Amino acid sequence: MAEKTSNKSVLFNPFSKDNPVVVQILGICSVLAVTAKLEPAIVMGLSVIAVLAFSNVIISLLRNTIPTNIRIIVQLVVVAGLVVIVSQLLQAYAYDVSKQLSVFIGLIITNCILMGRLEAFAMGNRPWPSFLDGVGNGIGYTVILVIVGFFRELLGSGTLLGHQVVPQCFYEAGYVNNGLMILPPMALVVVACIIWVQRSVNKDLQEK
Amino acid sequence: MENFNIFIRSIFVDNMIFAYFLGMCSFLAVSKNVKTAVGLGVAVTFMLVITLPINYLLQTYVLSAGALSWLGPEYAEVDLGFLSLIVFIAVIASLTQLVEMAVEKFSPSLYASLGIFLPLIAVNCAILGGSLFMQQRDFPSVWTAVCAGGGWGLGWLLAIAAIAAIRERLAQYSNIPAPLRGVGITFIITALMGIAFMSFLGIKI
Repeated sequence: MAEKTSNKSVLFNPFSKDNPVVVQILGICSVLAVTAKLEPAIVMGLSVIAVLAFSNVIISLLRNTIPTNIRIIVQLVVVAGLVVIVSQLLQAYAYDVSKQLSVFIGLIITNCILMGRLEAFAMGNRPWPSFLDGVGNGIGYTVILVIVGFFRELLGSGTLLGHQVVPQCFYEAGYVNNGLMILPPMALVVVACIIWVQRSVNKDLQEK
Repeated sequence: MENFNIFIRSIFVDNMIFAYFLGMCSFLAVSKNVKTAVGLGVAVTFMLVITLPINYLLQTYVLSAGALSWLGPEYAEVDLGFLSLIVFIAVIASLTQLVEMAVEKFSPSLYASLGIFLPLIAVNCAILGGSLFMQQRDFPSVWTAVCAGGGWGLGWLLAIAAIAAIRERLAQYSNIPAPLRGVGITFIITALMGIAFMSFLGIKI
């Protein structure tokens, strides 16, 4: 019973209380770069979930055989192998999106979430909890990506997933899309607002 | 002249932090005071200047389509492009380890001041990002790679030193709403600096 509850918290904590992006401050680079539109944000999130879950399992299986001195190189090679698979799959089945994501699929390798979770969790836990931890943190990351992508696409282009959402009569009445939202700096401000809201609710996360 | 332009462009227009947001994790984590921030910036610059030309040579003579033709005509068809990610990250990780050992041997005082940051650099996205941009943009020669690496590194150094100086002051003199303290306000400052750096976009050299 004890293990069941801990598995559950391993899976669900990263959604908000222990979120990898806004609480652990990991993997910021890609949050900012790929969220100008909702679609690449979702694809990026799914890729990270897949890579994170499977690399966690592989490292967790190998954890007793890896010498500590070279563990970073071993981890990087495992992650790089998985990222190559994901990037080839995307180029085969979703070429347009992979073009938009450009170097950022490759940069999943150096996404700090991966190294952070591998070091902090997979090196010391069995495969099944590691898998749940990977999925949980991946989803926590995707949630932030989707929120940021949603606001940036809605306010910046007036569309969602490419469909027009802001009705035409708004534009006729003088409404203008906020071009600033498309630019990368505004992603930082949106993330800062998410942090603000979350820390106002969870007082114990605030810094002194 | 061409290379000098690329050097200047890489510092200001293509700034790693403010234009591409690469290397943000260490940028946010290690910018609490100016001294350590500059130390990390120097280390990142150094790694970019070394890894970019090495990865450029690998890309041109081993990895890209038809690059192996110097081995003989039967290799002209080989395209190892899909291996580039693994090769680049292996080069970066092993060079980080090598540089760490060399610095420890030859300059213990520098090692003591940089010590903890050196291994962290292997997972700094700015380094791998530099190599991937190099691959995407087809640089004409190895010197271009050196100049771009130096420029990106200096731009990163500039950014982290500036933000660290601002954060030092903020911690002393300002009254920030409690939920924004620490990370939140750093995000907003970085955004404002990013908007300021966008004014370089129109410049043609």
